[in-house]
Amino acid sequence: MRYEASVNTINLGAQAVAMTPVLEAHGLSKTVGAGRRLFAGLDLVVRPGESVAIMGESGVGKSTLLNLLAGLDVADAGEVRVAGLALTGLDDSLRTALRRDRIGFVFQAFHVLPHLSLGQNVALPLLLKGQAPKPALARAAALLAAVGLGGRDDDFPAVLSGGEMQRVAIARALVHAPMLLLADEPTGNLDPAIAERVLDLLLEQARAQGAALVMVTHSARAAGLLNRVVRLAADGLHPFVLDNAGA
Amino acid sequence: MPALEQRVVMKLGPAAPWLIGGEWRAHPGRLVVAVLAIAVGVALGFAVHIVNGAALESFARAVGTVSGAADVQVRSVAPMGVDEGLYPRLARVSGVRAVSPVLELSGRFTAGGGDAGKPGVRLTILGLDGLRAMMVTPGLVGMPMGAMGGGPTGMDGVYLSRAAMSAAGARPGSMMRIVAAGRSHDWRVAGVLAGAGDDAMLAVIDIGEAQWRYGQLGRLQRFDLALDEAAPRGRVLEAVAAMLPAGAEIVRAEDEASRSDSLSRAYRVNLGMLAMVALLTGGFLVFSAQSLSVARRIPQFALLRVLGMSRAALRSQLMVEGAVLGAFGALIGVVAGFGIAAAVLVVLGGDLGGGYFRAGRVPLHFDAGAAAGFAGLGVLVAVLSSWWPAEAAARAQPAVALKAGSEGGDPRQRWPLWPGLVLLGGGGLAAMAPPVLGLPLFGYLAMALLLAGGVAIMPWLARTLVAPLRGLGWPVPVTLALQRLWGAPSAAAVALSGIVASTSLMVAMAVMVDSFRGSVDEWLGQLLPADVYLHVEGADAGGLSRDVQTRLAAIPGVKSVRFVRQMPVKLAPERPAVVLSGQPVKADPAAALPMIGAGLTVPEGVVPVWISEPMAWLEGLEPGDRVVLPIVGEVFVAGIWRDYARQFGAVAMDEADFERLTGDASKTEGAFTLLPGQAAGPVMRAVRDALPVGVREQTIIAEPRVMRVLALAIFDQSFLVTYALEVIAILIGLVGVATAFSAQTLARTREFGMMRHLGVQRGQIGWQLASEGAALGALGGLAGIALGLVMAQVLIHVVNPQSFHWTMETRLPWGLLAGLLVALIVAAAGTAVLAGRRAISGAAVLAVRDDW
Repeated sequence: MRYEASVNTINLGAQAVAMTPVLEAHGLSKTVGAGRRLFAGLDLVVRPGESVAIMGESGVGKSTLLNLLAGLDVADAGEVRVAGLALTGLDDSLRTALRRDRIGFVFQAFHVLPHLSLGQNVALPLLLKGQAPKPALARAAALLAAVGLGGRDDDFPAVLSGGEMQRVAIARALVHAPMLLLADEPTGNLDPAIAERVLDLLLEQARAQGAALVMVTHSARAAGLLNRVVRLAADGLHPFVLDNAGA
Repeated sequence: MPALEQRVVMKLGPAAPWLIGGEWRAHPGRLVVAVLAIAVGVALGFAVHIVNGAALESFARAVGTVSGAADVQVRSVAPMGVDEGLYPRLARVSGVRAVSPVLELSGRFTAGGGDAGKPGVRLTILGLDGLRAMMVTPGLVGMPMGAMGGGPTGMDGVYLSRAAMSAAGARPGSMMRIVAAGRSHDWRVAGVLAGAGDDAMLAVIDIGEAQWRYGQLGRLQRFDLALDEAAPRGRVLEAVAAMLPAGAEIVRAEDEASRSDSLSRAYRVNLGMLAMVALLTGGFLVFSAQSLSVARRIPQFALLRVLGMSRAALRSQLMVEGAVLGAFGALIGVVAGFGIAAAVLVVLGGDLGGGYFRAGRVPLHFDAGAAAGFAGLGVLVAVLSSWWPAEAAARAQPAVALKAGSEGGDPRQRWPLWPGLVLLGGGGLAAMAPPVLGLPLFGYLAMALLLAGGVAIMPWLARTLVAPLRGLGWPVPVTLALQRLWGAPSAAAVALSGIVASTSLMVAMAVMVDSFRGSVDEWLGQLLPADVYLHVEGADAGGLSRDVQTRLAAIPGVKSVRFVRQMPVKLAPERPAVVLSGQPVKADPAAALPMIGAGLTVPEGVVPVWISEPMAWLEGLEPGDRVVLPIVGEVFVAGIWRDYARQFGAVAMDEADFERLTGDASKTEGAFTLLPGQAAGPVMRAVRDALPVGVREQTIIAEPRVMRVLALAIFDQSFLVTYALEVIAILIGLVGVATAFSAQTLARTREFGMMRHLGVQRGQIGWQLASEGAALGALGGLAGIALGLVMAQVLIHVVNPQSFHWTMETRLPWGLLAGLLVALIVAAAGTAVLAGRRAISGAAVLAVRDDW
């Protein structure tokens, strides 16, 4: 199925969109390196506006799972659907276009382009969608203000602290109003106090934009702030109840 | 390409200026170097092209002036001319409206009619019948000036072109001495040739007077024909051709153009190719700059891919980067090229020192088409150089590239050898192909393929050579350096490609020039065994008479004299003349000429000739062949000799045969062997005194030592531009090496920061970088020298014989090669250390904290 046609179908009515899960994964299996199986038979459904934390030990495949969900990697078996659209049926360029239109990313290492101003960094996804620079920068300025960096559009990343850089990354992830936000250890590089503020901001902005959030994290405290927590193991995802939710 | 993909490419638009501009703002130095690399290549190519164009145009105009723009000419193939009885017969051919008979001699003049004691200025002398010339070539008819009056029929009057008038410092009424065909005569300047071009050195005199004064009675070199416009040109020319005697041929204007073109074509093409070498080296610089830039930005590109930029858009962005810097470089190059051309024309003249044209002032025109062509070539080279890095960036897996510590890839991954071997094999095959249109195009292709192949096998070679060195118990910095070279062959390959490309090109050129110079030096030694030499200039139509020869041989202190008669003979109207010489050669050819291989025993009843290497090549002749030559008839090729002086061929025959067949006993050269203990100085003075007045001024008398120095000075002059282009290629190469190292080192700031955290001293990092640089410099230098030696063989055995029709023996400039290797090692190690200092100067903590 062509991506364009699918998107049009999704856009037929707000109700239809609301009914469709933002993200579905069924029977996912992934093997890496010399036959090392990370997981098999993995299922996950995320509904619009829902937030899900994925936890698990190091090396269990949390980041790999996130890459599969974003169409950056291909599963050995199983299916991933974003907004009802099966990624397996799309070639690389169509998966790329889908990511550009529907998904936002936040990384542990910020990945803010050093030679672009903060405004340009945030506006980049809009430009990649074909929007003209002027309105894109205006929207970026609004997002920067929303994450507490108002008026600093023309600054460059070199003068920012780690927390500020992550706030820029959050603004960039949300600037194009994605329906799904994928975050990989977004507070892993930040001290606890800053991490908490950044996380609050991420959740607040995701909610404000109506985006679903899937976040990989080691932090029980961070995970406790989300609607649902799952633990990744070799046989798939399991519901996880935190000992001291929100602690 | 799918529709969406196309849309995505279109969407490159708004983001591209931010992304490209940001990168350039962050690293302006690298941008400037890459732009300049392209600019230098384009400038050199464009400059060589327009200088060549200007010189050819000027030369063609000079030729056109002398021929007076006649419809068609009938010319003698040799300077002694043909019987003037041909004139009335030509005039009777149906369709020929008028014929103007012309005596054409090359000569020299001295102003004021006196003996200046040295050879005068060279010029062409035309003897014309004024009335006939009026009807065919009115541009050659002189205008009387001032009160002088009298036309060419004024008997002793001479009309000069403006250039000749100015060179002689003459004015109407003044006297000037003109020497030609071994005789001299004083003429009164009657006026100026208004119709002659500004540059032509031309004198017009009365035809009868000219024949008498220069011993040419009954002989004419040329007939200018005006044809009836109504008559079918082809049929008239057929009728003219049918009645021509042996020794005369029809020359059309296009033949003249073709001749002047072929005279220097190979030289010009070679210079053009050399300029392209500079552009190619510039291309490698762009490649290395782009590769390093891409390697550094891989995580950034991965982010862009995650954010939704398609592979095609990413690829396009990088190609656009290449194209834009190529366009900047091309623009600067075209402007600089025009400036260089103007400067070169002033300093070296229109032949760039090659000695092919003797035109005076060469006008320079801006050739917009050529400018666009060279600019396009510059952009193309920049785009092609960006292609591989762009492809690498587009192919990178974003998820892997974003993962920390993924920069190097798995070091155990094998590097393919076959693409390099295929390219090298292709180069070998191309080197065996014959010339195309007289040009070694496949030879150049072979060079390009060998270069590409050599560069392509470098990663494999680097890893293969470094692998056994790793476990030898080196100090820690050296072990780290070797481990990195082994583990990151693609990073090493980028630096190596620049070193190998520039080194091999400069080694190939240096070995070829050194071999050529050495062979010319040896050849001069073989050619100049006597003690004193004499050469009469501009004596095509006649030289030293028998009396003079006897007088010269009788000079006290002279043991023997070998006299030689040389004259140009044209084998075809569109080709430059070959030189026919008569000299004592039959008794011992090997003593008389620098023979290649043993000559054949001459059978009875044939006229033997010994032909030069270019002649054998151009005419496809071998010893034992029989061939018919103009003037002398059928001859037997008895052997081949080496000649670097006459690119279009020379034929030597025994003097007895020469005199019998041509009826010409005069001589143009003499080689004097002196009695033991006899000093050369007094003999040289006696020789000059024994020469007739007039001939004296156009004679060079010199010792072989002086002639050798002179010849090598001319050689070096003709290679001046070659040396200059070579030096530029070397400089571009070294700058490329420095840029590559500096960029690679700066990109490793985080690595060094981490090592400082682990307790590695700054000095140890410096040592590691120096070791890496030295190892890469040595490896690249040695591989480049090896590849350069192979490419030099293509230049020596394919490009040179196919262009200039002569061969040479390989000579290795050991000093230069060793110096080059040391310079490369020092440059590579030095740059790495300097860049390293910058990279480790900041706080180690900041280095690891850095986002990218």
